[in-house]
Amino acid sequence: MSIAVRQPVLDESAVRDQGGRVDLVVVAEMVAPGSRVLDVGSGDGALLELLATTRNCDARGIELSREGVNAGVARGLAIIQGDADVDLAHYPDDAFDYVILSQTLQATRRPRWVLEQMLRIGRRAVVSFPNFGHWRSRLDLMVNGRMPVTDNMPIAWYETPNIHFCTIRDFVALVELLDARIEKAVALDSSGHRVRVNMPWWVWNLLGEQAVFLLTRER
Amino acid sequence: MLDTGAGPSLGSPMTSFVRKDVASNTAAEARREADEPHSPVVRFGTGAPLRLDAGVELNHLQIGYQTYGEPNAAGTNAVLVCHALTGDQHAASLNPVTGKPGWWETMVGPGRPIDTERFFVICANVLGGCMGTTGPASTNPETGRPYGLDMPLVTIRDMVNAQAMLLDHLGIEKLLCVAGGSMGGMQVLQWAASYPERVFSAMPIATGARHSAQNIAFHEVGRQAVMADPDWRGGRYLAEGVTPHRGLAVARMAAHITYMSDQSLHNKFGRRLQNREMPTFGFDADFQVESYLRHQGESFVQRFDPNSYLYVTRAMDYFDLAADYGGVLANAFRGSKTRFCVASFTSDWLFPTEDSRAIVHALNASGASVSFTEIESDKGHDAFLLEEPQLFAIARGFLDSAARALGLPTGRSA
Repeated sequence: MSIAVRQPVLDESAVRDQGGRVDLVVVAEMVAPGSRVLDVGSGDGALLELLATTRNCDARGIELSREGVNAGVARGLAIIQGDADVDLAHYPDDAFDYVILSQTLQATRRPRWVLEQMLRIGRRAVVSFPNFGHWRSRLDLMVNGRMPVTDNMPIAWYETPNIHFCTIRDFVALVELLDARIEKAVALDSSGHRVRVNMPWWVWNLLGEQAVFLLTRER
Repeated sequence: MLDTGAGPSLGSPMTSFVRKDVASNTAAEARREADEPHSPVVRFGTGAPLRLDAGVELNHLQIGYQTYGEPNAAGTNAVLVCHALTGDQHAASLNPVTGKPGWWETMVGPGRPIDTERFFVICANVLGGCMGTTGPASTNPETGRPYGLDMPLVTIRDMVNAQAMLLDHLGIEKLLCVAGGSMGGMQVLQWAASYPERVFSAMPIATGARHSAQNIAFHEVGRQAVMADPDWRGGRYLAEGVTPHRGLAVARMAAHITYMSDQSLHNKFGRRLQNREMPTFGFDADFQVESYLRHQGESFVQRFDPNSYLYVTRAMDYFDLAADYGGVLANAFRGSKTRFCVASFTSDWLFPTEDSRAIVHALNASGASVSFTEIESDKGHDAFLLEEPQLFAIARGFLDSAARALGLPTGRSA
């Protein structure tokens, strides 16, 4: 579960200096003000709160953990206890302007199905995930021959809920498979700074510790 | 046991827990409440009949209700609390029949989640009930005798329509929230479906959008117990001066088991014996759990009208919200702007979490705003009436958020 950005502000450098979640700010900036948003895997509701207060969104969440749901609902957020791998099927087409999957893709049982559902339910999808192709993961594998354990992926392989790690290149390939279009993409390095836009994919895939994609369904 | 040789002792079921004089006073008190309740009451004349789902009109509708807190000038702080099967309007006030605290004082009161310092809370006895709202125990003004089985059958929707008449009478156009558990939750769902523009937020707890076959079956057992009692007299017991108290007590005992969980019965009683070292080799209440159930049955019959029990259980059985909307539950909430907060309990097997999840899926499909949580509890269905901090935290957060959205002041912190 994430620690909320202390004051919900859309200021990457301020959040970075406070040690907050820069990726949440990047996600929130991709969402047009006043939109209807579904956050899949909403944790304790930090992103929902950010979207509601800074983007004036009608923001709703689905969260698997009872603790996360209870904490969020007690703060007045609209969160349902549910499983992304099952419950997305119950939402109608085009129910939301954006469907967000923040740091959750790698924990789903059926990432492809989840992404398809997101693009059905929402006009746009925003996906953020840890990049398994980051140079430090590669170094861990190459030098130590071990699965990487980093700040971003802190749990050992045998205990992690993250069962479907992918790299930025892997994700782009899946997006192409689904006939979706990438509207925006941001990679954040390990210090929370954006990797420069004009770099080629392989540089992003090496330097980006996290990635955030804005997708639309039509190509 | 050796001295008589006359078979097992039967003990004295159903009479050993309440003193006779106290019992008859309580019963007499309960009997009076049906027509002249200790709470405020509104009487609608023949000019304002209630059209029932049964296809007939009910004249002389009377509603017994209770209010807590004060309405604000803008009329934006009204909360309707709906009671369950055997509840009444005394959600947060001393019950005039039993002398016990209100049935939802954990949830409703000053500084409670449904905060009577900020909200104007209304709770009405349901149609078919026996605490001042028209039901089979009420006197039919046209005959001067109790309705008994001449009372038409009522539905959850009829109950809600009667409540809407009460709100009109009180001058309340919109409700900040409608909240209730079990049958109260059914009314909440019906309110949201029937009067979406009057309901800003809704909190259906431990409930379902339809009564399951299993639940109908349990109710049928209870009704058969009442009707099998010779003192039921074909429903005319009030006129004949008797009460089918044994049948109703058995109904209550069976029902009470469904309100608890295996775990909570075990925790409370286990296999412990009642005031004895050894089993008596008879059918007296050897076990504490038996003694407890007998007590539950015995005290219930003092306060509740047997026919009323038939009518209100029937109303629950008939409840199937989707059926009124082409079989698609989502259609009941289509276009609804109401905010919902649905909650269930892990050990509730009367209204299990799947029932709540079906409501949530329908609300999702209709695009409504909904929160849903399953609360960990070993107390079974009754958990919604008990000390459940998670439920209170959620209810408080949900209501505060709704109140904020309407510009109402925030309450003291939990």
